[in-house]
Amino acid sequence: MSHLMEIRDLKITFGGLDALSGLNFHVDEGEIVSVIGPNGAGKTTFFNAITGLVDPTEGDILFDDESILGLEPHQVTGLGIARTFQNVRLFPNMTVLENIMVAQHCRTSQLVFGALLQTAAFKQEEREIEEHAKEVLAFFGSRLVGYRYDQPAFVLSYANRRRLEIARAMATQPRLMLLDEPVAGMNPMETAELTALIGRLRSEWGFTIVMIEHDMRVVRDVSDRVVVLDHGVPIAQGSYDEVSTNPDVVEAYLGRPAEDEA
Amino acid sequence: MSATMTSSTASSSGSVNRASVADQDWRKIGKWGGLCTLALVLVSLIGMPVGLDRRILIHPVLSLGYLSLLWIPLMLGFVVSKRVELEGVESPEPGGRDLVAGALTGLVGGVGMAVFMLALNTFNIRDPLVNWSPQLLELLNYGRGLGFGVAAWIVACCVLGLLGSAIHVVSADVRRVVSFSAFGLLAFAVLEGAISDLSEGFGLEFLTDSIYAKRGGVTIVWSIVLAVVIGGVSVLTKGRLKAAKANYSELEGPERKRASRILFVVVALLIVILPLFLGTIMNELLANVGLFLLLALGLNIVVGLAGILDLGYVAFFAVGGYTTAVLTSPDSPFFAPELHFGITLVIVVVFAGIVGLVIGAPVIRMRGDYLAIVTLGFGEIIRLLFMSDWLKPYFGGAQGITNVPGVDLGFITIKGTDPRSVFYLVLVFCALAIYISWRLQASRLGRAWMAIREDEKVAEAMGINTVNTKLLAFVVGAVLASFSGAILVAKVGSVFPNSFMILVSIIILVVVIVGGMGNIAGVLVGSFVLIGILGGPRQPGLLHEFQSFKLLIYGALLVFMMLQRPEGLVPSARRSQELHQEEFLQDVWFKGEEHEAEEHEAEEHEAASHEGSDA
Repeated sequence: MSHLMEIRDLKITFGGLDALSGLNFHVDEGEIVSVIGPNGAGKTTFFNAITGLVDPTEGDILFDDESILGLEPHQVTGLGIARTFQNVRLFPNMTVLENIMVAQHCRTSQLVFGALLQTAAFKQEEREIEEHAKEVLAFFGSRLVGYRYDQPAFVLSYANRRRLEIARAMATQPRLMLLDEPVAGMNPMETAELTALIGRLRSEWGFTIVMIEHDMRVVRDVSDRVVVLDHGVPIAQGSYDEVSTNPDVVEAYLGRPAEDEA
Repeated sequence: MSATMTSSTASSSGSVNRASVADQDWRKIGKWGGLCTLALVLVSLIGMPVGLDRRILIHPVLSLGYLSLLWIPLMLGFVVSKRVELEGVESPEPGGRDLVAGALTGLVGGVGMAVFMLALNTFNIRDPLVNWSPQLLELLNYGRGLGFGVAAWIVACCVLGLLGSAIHVVSADVRRVVSFSAFGLLAFAVLEGAISDLSEGFGLEFLTDSIYAKRGGVTIVWSIVLAVVIGGVSVLTKGRLKAAKANYSELEGPERKRASRILFVVVALLIVILPLFLGTIMNELLANVGLFLLLALGLNIVVGLAGILDLGYVAFFAVGGYTTAVLTSPDSPFFAPELHFGITLVIVVVFAGIVGLVIGAPVIRMRGDYLAIVTLGFGEIIRLLFMSDWLKPYFGGAQGITNVPGVDLGFITIKGTDPRSVFYLVLVFCALAIYISWRLQASRLGRAWMAIREDEKVAEAMGINTVNTKLLAFVVGAVLASFSGAILVAKVGSVFPNSFMILVSIIILVVVIVGGMGNIAGVLVGSFVLIGILGGPRQPGLLHEFQSFKLLIYGALLVFMMLQRPEGLVPSARRSQELHQEEFLQDVWFKGEEHEAEEHEAEEHEAASHEGSDA
């Protein structure tokens, strides 16, 4: 069976430092996979490599059985991979609605002349973009709708910015969604809410999700599979229960017991 | 021990505070008074008073030369007694202390000026300082001897400082009336050329002839009349404008659409009809404003929307101009097809687009400062190429190409000797450019440009092909600039490389920034104020006396705007939100509270009604 995305022997070197060395990874359609690991394990680099922001030194990345190596980030997005950023990076001075509308860029096509001549096709496309944007925002309940549409993104609360970022990724109409620490900095209630939403992203929108997360409750609650990275190497894979009892993982997070070192 | 310390500080803090405030006052007076002296001496020494003395504003007492000095103590008197508003601290009522501070600031400036005049009288350092001249002294002491001059300056500065600070003390209504009459009168004096030109067009010369003295300037009697009338009008219209605006914004749906349509038609008609009543000079001025407006609109797309700081924008202006000259002039040295302007325009668009691509392709991959510097270079390269001996056989080198015909429309030929026709041609293109900017702003492409301006990397990750999208901004900007170049050349009838100095790029950028970046109305106001009043790089404005000080004023204005009003004269709502985020956030927070309270109420109401139905 072929995987939705498959990564083979991925190696990324930054001037002698191996951010990733020999990573093999795959994700199937409809899965939710969590990537965990201590700080500096190479998780975000892994996302950057997939989305084309960083060029791998060695190895291959297949999406839908085709290599996406060397593609520009916007081409990767066009193929159906969307991401969020660890440190929320919205377009702060664009409105909430515009933030979502602009994300449909690669799914739409009107350029200068449509806008100037106000052709029927242009108007139709604008309408569709706006409708889809509202549909996406409605997914988050009443938090990002109504009077929020026309507010600039910078006025949003932290949690709402995180939500908006996920909404923006959704609007690119992806098949695979990469979430980089989606609940970082949220309080327990917001975390619980978002955990449920991540589950619904799969069940209602049909996205496959790869997620970097430090909050183990979220990882336990939503992921089918957990991959643990340490120093750029995958050290364990499997269900949450398997991984959480794996001695290598415990060691990576907590360090080696004192007597072993002696 | 710590407890005693706190109590002792607490008990003494009151008196310490009061003393320090007074101290601060003295320091402030010293600082601003010193600055006042410096500004007065500097303005005198760069030759403004003497150079601008011939332009009389109020006959025979006030010339632009005197005004260039007198506004300084007034302004600094205003500044020195301005309260810093701190959140949560109630600032004391403005009162006598402010007046004293203002007067003293003016006094320091006046004494400084007196010392300067004494020095002017005693020493002669004309060698390095060209304007260190007896003429300056003569002007400064009003032609009545040194003693009178010194006394007059000390008193005048003191009074002006007092008046400046009095602006804070008087009630808002008085402030409104006084500022209306003062600025209204100033406008009448400054816009003398335009007003008498217009009145001539309407056959009302007799009125302006009596308002303005022969040598120029509003006569004293009329100054008083005008000040009173304008002040009276300001009293009568108080609140009306705001009410009208509020009414307008309250309109909804089709009514609002109709209201804005009527407004649009009225403004458009006014713009179309007005030039018919204006003379040659005013029409020439309007045509120049239009040419620069066209450029500024193009640059606004590149800088304001897409965030690409292009300092070599003049390159496209030059390309438009030279393409037109080569294709239409019979004197084109190498290739002279003598095409019609209309056909030329199509070629100009294509050509400007290509040059936009060629320059844009390497430049666009850079960011921020690097991009600015490289575009600056390209702007100069284009000019130097046109100037070079190498391309002289094609473009005529420094002699340029002359004898460019006007635009032949069959029934009329548009050319520089008939600036009114040029204005209408420019008007058509400006309308086109405004339409293009307006439509693109609210389109898929406009959103992509904004996203790139906000965060290029994320925009790319969200599926925007940043290279192509930025190139497109460059090309659209280039095409608008080339229109302007084409019209300029058809208007002037010749083209020279030196019309496309780096200064043109800078001035257009200043127009965009001062007007309000990313905002069409702002760019409009910016071009009228800067190009219309101060003048373009070579084109004189209404205050053509400022010609030699234009760059200084441009620079000062830019600094002032950056400090006081970075969003520009007419900011887009978005820019001002961005630059005043804190206040805006507060507003939003209040609004959000209100909103939530409303929702809460609605929910309660619903719950109550449910309960009611259950019962």
